[in-house]
Amino acid sequence: MAFINGIGLISPQNTIGSREFLSEVVEYTADYLKCIEPVYRTYIDPIQSRRMSRLIKMGISAAKISMAEAGLTMPDAIITGTGLGSVEDTEKILGEITKEERFLNPTPFIQSTYNTISSQVAIQLKCHNYNSTYVHRTFSFESGLIDGLMQIEEQTASHVLIGAIDEMTMNHLQITRRIGQWKMHPVSNMTLLENKTPGALAGEGAAFFVLGVEKTGTTYADLKDVKTCINFNGSFKPEMVLPSFLGNHGITMHDIDLVLLGTNGDHDFDPVYDDFARQFFPGKALGWYKHLCGEYHTATGFGLYIAAGVLKNQTYPGILHLNHVTPPRLKNILIYNHFRNVNHAFMLVQGV
Amino acid sequence: MSKRVYITGIGIICSIGNDVHETLQSLIASRSGIGEITLFPTIHRGVIPMAEVKLTTSLLLKKTGNIGRKDLTRTSLLGIIAAREAILSAGIGDVTKYKTGLISATTVGGMDRSEDFYASFLTDPGKGRLIDVVNHDCGDSTERIAADLGIRDLVTTVSTACSSSVNALMLGSNLIKSGHLDRVIVGGNDSVTRFTLNGFNTLMILDKTGCHPFDDNRAGLTLGEGAAFLVLESEDVVSRDRKTILAEVSGYGNANDAYHQTASSPDGTGAYLAMTKALTMSGLNPEDIDYINVHGTGTENNDLSEGVAMERIFGAQMPPFSSTKGYTGHTLGAAGAVEAVISILAMQHGMIFPNLNFKTPMKELHIEPVRELIMDRKIQHVLSNSFGFGGNNSAVVLSRDQ
Repeated sequence: MAFINGIGLISPQNTIGSREFLSEVVEYTADYLKCIEPVYRTYIDPIQSRRMSRLIKMGISAAKISMAEAGLTMPDAIITGTGLGSVEDTEKILGEITKEERFLNPTPFIQSTYNTISSQVAIQLKCHNYNSTYVHRTFSFESGLIDGLMQIEEQTASHVLIGAIDEMTMNHLQITRRIGQWKMHPVSNMTLLENKTPGALAGEGAAFFVLGVEKTGTTYADLKDVKTCINFNGSFKPEMVLPSFLGNHGITMHDIDLVLLGTNGDHDFDPVYDDFARQFFPGKALGWYKHLCGEYHTATGFGLYIAAGVLKNQTYPGILHLNHVTPPRLKNILIYNHFRNVNHAFMLVQGV
Repeated sequence: MSKRVYITGIGIICSIGNDVHETLQSLIASRSGIGEITLFPTIHRGVIPMAEVKLTTSLLLKKTGNIGRKDLTRTSLLGIIAAREAILSAGIGDVTKYKTGLISATTVGGMDRSEDFYASFLTDPGKGRLIDVVNHDCGDSTERIAADLGIRDLVTTVSTACSSSVNALMLGSNLIKSGHLDRVIVGGNDSVTRFTLNGFNTLMILDKTGCHPFDDNRAGLTLGEGAAFLVLESEDVVSRDRKTILAEVSGYGNANDAYHQTASSPDGTGAYLAMTKALTMSGLNPEDIDYINVHGTGTENNDLSEGVAMERIFGAQMPPFSSTKGYTGHTLGAAGAVEAVISILAMQHGMIFPNLNFKTPMKELHIEPVRELIMDRKIQHVLSNSFGFGGNNSAVVLSRDQ
């Protein structure tokens, strides 16, 4: 367990600055949900940011926002999770080597390295402490959290900075659309579930969290635990892990007040969430958030922001409601996510 | 809870051997795997050498018995081969008997196929075979290996450039010590690609004559490919199953140089801190280290920075050290695991494998690497370094079971 003491989030919603939690939801009808980017010179020296690609700037800015909120100047560990790293830089190199293997620009290659953001944050802070990056589909951010929580629990770190960063580009959208991951045409994020067609609505985001061993004046919530489960040919059954996942923290499924599902509008895969909720949490309040941020490998970073915001503000805005159940209290939130029924993950977040 | 973490199995495939035995034979014979590029068309063929695994992708596919699986990338195939050998070497029959995880590392994932896809895609967005791009991401090869071995309890991938697989080993060790898992297969896999070749070439750090680490006239690194995996087990599993211990993971450390995105600091701060952390955790003094398998890429910058950091720690009592990248090339995401396997072989066989192609000591340093094979040497503790882009520096201390 660890306290979430600061959050920095750049997302398709107005999540930067001291606005009221989810007060101005942005509606889109688009191919994918694009981040609302801040004025970067607030966070990064313009001379340094000149050559940085978009994802790098988003990541560094989100990291700085979270640290400023938590009042942290030097983390004991910097960990990032990203499904694809800087897609823009990767595509630049692929484009160049397709034409000619000469006179290439080194910057995109350097920035395409997956640990660029965790390194850049370290360089800017002059932070010599632990630094790592996980790149594993929708386990990327969760793996970072598992690593960070373990360091706090084992008392090798008191403050850990953990990020969830991914971007979308038009080329990447076209490719993954052909693979069948997305809706074939622009859709409205506000009526996403009425669509009832295969494919999700794509998105992107950069979320950073400061996890600390101690509760402070800025604490949002207590991140109790994180678990990832891989499903090979039906090998994974939630009942095999859920009771012990919750039981390790002295609670049962009955104690969960709100289940935050990763429902993303994909008619082929959303039934996995519906079945899960029906089987394990009948009558419980069910919420969702991917209509606000879109689907991407580290979208649970946005999900954790939502859970933390609900608990801190003790409010459960209607925009998140997936059913009509009003939670009796806002204490225990279970975040459940899956990626194409292969990568399943849980987070348990508790109010403080 | 397990205070100690043991290595009970190893597996490897790299340019000097398709398994542990072949790799050892090449190490003893000072046989380098560096040669001409054969695996893909490039203008750099005949100009820049590389250390390729000596099997084509279709032969790798044949070796795994997955003939029908046309979707497997070269990276995945290398990983499957090395991980299977590690499991076999650890004598694991039922992988689900204990809580078992797989933590792999890679820097390019399925890029060997996606770069082919992109060539067609960029001419027409409707073109390119999707089978060549669906396995692009770094998680793919890890999941292929996990599926092949039947591992389900924890599966993830580290990607911190050239230090990736040491960081995988660190996470695996921590998961055992904290009681999350009983057993973890850790390692890394990377295949050579035009992407990496051209990427490193833009930095002008590829030696046209093949790398000669720690030499005053070094001119860069040589890219390699391969995979290596180690089976880590808890004290409890080892005693219950009466496992043969190959080595103990006695210490490890990760520190960031926090200096520059690609260059190492002149005083080797990150390297110094990583080695110091690893030594501290192991409870050993610098003089207890019998051999250092250095990162030693052969770039001007790395070897100087690493050498300065080693002199700061070991002073005049520098243990014998060598970079084995003159054999294997720089296998990037696999390098830490490849060199951990080589370090274990050194301890098992009482040998120190030479730093190939070394001629002239570096002006700035007072140390020089091992030039010839040393045999019949008792090696109790080995320090192995892996440093990556972004100043990601990691070191591990491996010890022979007493």
